[in-house]
Amino acid sequence: MSDANGNGVNPEKDLGASNLPGQRGEGGEEIRVQRGMFGADNGGDTTGYGGLVRSVRLPGPATRPYGGWFDEVADELEGALEEQGLVPDNAVEKTVVDRGEITFHIEREHLVRVAQTLRDDPALRFELCTGVSGVHYPHDKGRELHAVYHLRSITHNRLIRLEVSAPDADPHVPSLVSVYPTNDWHERETYDFFGLIFDGHPALTRIMMPDDWQGFPQRKDYPLGGIPVEYKGAQIPAPDQRRSYS
Amino acid sequence: MSTQTPSSASAASARETTEGTVYTVTGGDWDEIAQTAATSDDERIIVNMGPQHPSTHGVLRLILEIDGETVTEARCGIGYLHTGIEKNLEFRTWTQGTTFVTRMDYLTPFFNETAYCLAVEKLLGIEDQVPDRASIIRVLMMELNRLSSHLVCIATGGMELGATTIMIYGFRDRELILDIYELITGLRMNHAYIRPGGLAQDLPPGAVDQIREFVKKMKKNLPEYDKLATGNPIFKARMQDVGYLDLAGCMALGATGPILRSAGLPHDLRKSQPYCGYETYDFEVPTADTCDSYGRFLIRVEEMRQSLRIVEQCLDRLQPGPVMVADKKIAWPAQLALGPDGLGNSLDHIKNIMGTSMEALIHHFKLVTEGFRVPPGQAYVAVESPKGELGVHVASDGGTRPYRVHFRDPSFTNLQAMAAMCEGGQVADVIVAVASIDPVMGGVDR
Repeated sequence: MSDANGNGVNPEKDLGASNLPGQRGEGGEEIRVQRGMFGADNGGDTTGYGGLVRSVRLPGPATRPYGGWFDEVADELEGALEEQGLVPDNAVEKTVVDRGEITFHIEREHLVRVAQTLRDDPALRFELCTGVSGVHYPHDKGRELHAVYHLRSITHNRLIRLEVSAPDADPHVPSLVSVYPTNDWHERETYDFFGLIFDGHPALTRIMMPDDWQGFPQRKDYPLGGIPVEYKGAQIPAPDQRRSYS
Repeated sequence: MSTQTPSSASAASARETTEGTVYTVTGGDWDEIAQTAATSDDERIIVNMGPQHPSTHGVLRLILEIDGETVTEARCGIGYLHTGIEKNLEFRTWTQGTTFVTRMDYLTPFFNETAYCLAVEKLLGIEDQVPDRASIIRVLMMELNRLSSHLVCIATGGMELGATTIMIYGFRDRELILDIYELITGLRMNHAYIRPGGLAQDLPPGAVDQIREFVKKMKKNLPEYDKLATGNPIFKARMQDVGYLDLAGCMALGATGPILRSAGLPHDLRKSQPYCGYETYDFEVPTADTCDSYGRFLIRVEEMRQSLRIVEQCLDRLQPGPVMVADKKIAWPAQLALGPDGLGNSLDHIKNIMGTSMEALIHHFKLVTEGFRVPPGQAYVAVESPKGELGVHVASDGGTRPYRVHFRDPSFTNLQAMAAMCEGGQVADVIVAVASIDPVMGGVDR
């Protein structure tokens, strides 16, 4: 590829270029490199976008001060963990502040302890868990499966997010049912759709799909399915076969 | 063709056939089990209620272990209405998403749409650019929706007690609201009216008058529910102290909405984490301290009154203006208009893109087929739906389609509390307790 295309931008090198779609600049953590634009990978793409290289970057760790009450929560959490003899840096992998929301990325082996602390410490008091949501990043090696928890403090009127990751090869995350019983069904749902195994869950079975279902439907490598339909004489491909402008 | 694998008499034997492995359930212990069941003197039986039962609010299966008339254990079987909406969303553009989410909890379509659109707007960073008129109409539609949802809850809840009059009343009043929906969005259900960045179209002529007419009528009709049910001794006898769940139980099980407020906690996201400008509206958050079905009924009736208040305030505030963000890279290029062949792109717009401006045609085509891109990241937005906290977790990878959308549906979470409410009670009270949770299976199973 030449050093610069017509725009004066080399997409291989200039990942921060602002005239490429969906860019967030240099910052953040790369989870995937996207090539092309139209989802076509077997020729036929004459648009010139086939050579487009885009790095997909999620917001990266934030540095202090986080702003607002975020610092207070982070301080209290670190203090409370230290009191329990935990090194906060070991438990909290990184802290991300993005779009007015704070996310604590927690090492999975410390998840239950952190959640218990967040619930019980009077200065934190996140008494309501709104369940767990799974996300699958198949190209983020070693951290493919994410479990995302949103904790709400009615006492202090705050909302934070905990994120835990597990590799595809070892899809285990400790269960939070002992701390937040409401996560019972939520964890079953996440297991059902992502195959994340919540260790310590009282009865981790499928909840939405039939008990004998094969595979985990919300994973990115699981096909959507569907059949092409004919409309006014033309074949319209199934939704997962259509051009996708990725 | 097939080979029999040796196995003990009690285990299922397996054999390989051309069709795959076939298990034969034999085993001698069935006689033993049947005998124990026959000789035991208690009347413990397990009853499957549903999934097709008029009182289970759709396809909900209740598995009850009954000792005489007492429920000793209760479990839910769900998933019969799972339609894979969250998976489907990952294969459509961000705008097409509203068409799907509106079908989740089909009794609260505007809440699903608003929550989803607020989350997309948060990811785009355009929350401040949504025009006031769009936000006011969103609030207006949501509060009308709260009324229609509560009406169905009270109507079906009454019907399950055998009170068909209250059912007729509820559906009569809901019909008035559905007529308003139809006038404004073109559909009685599944509207896809609220879009990322604003609304699909502005209010049509006559909508404000019809809503005012409705508010007047509803103010007359609402006291009828009080007259019919609130003081009714039979109604009270069936509802009071049934489906008991105290505050600690609510917090542990994550129950929100009327269930949480019936335990005395005035937690309402419209007050604590306002969105769409709710902080500027004047309304009360009703609570009860009874922790039971009757308290939840009273809360719902009172919430309907408060919703009417908000609807009136919305109507007073409506000022002419745009209902979509000004950013042409996000805003749908055409407002919908009613033509001789139904609702579609407005004729002015068609004339412009087909006759005058090729740029506009390209732009329209790009936005409609490709959609807009959303910067990578994730967002969580929660709204106070009639059933509780409706949370949307959206993740984007910078593409034109959602990377992941998860709905934390209040029906799903609240339904978990069924066991805590029903165990130890009477079989007949299970129905009352489930009705007071107000689960909608479209939302539970998604």
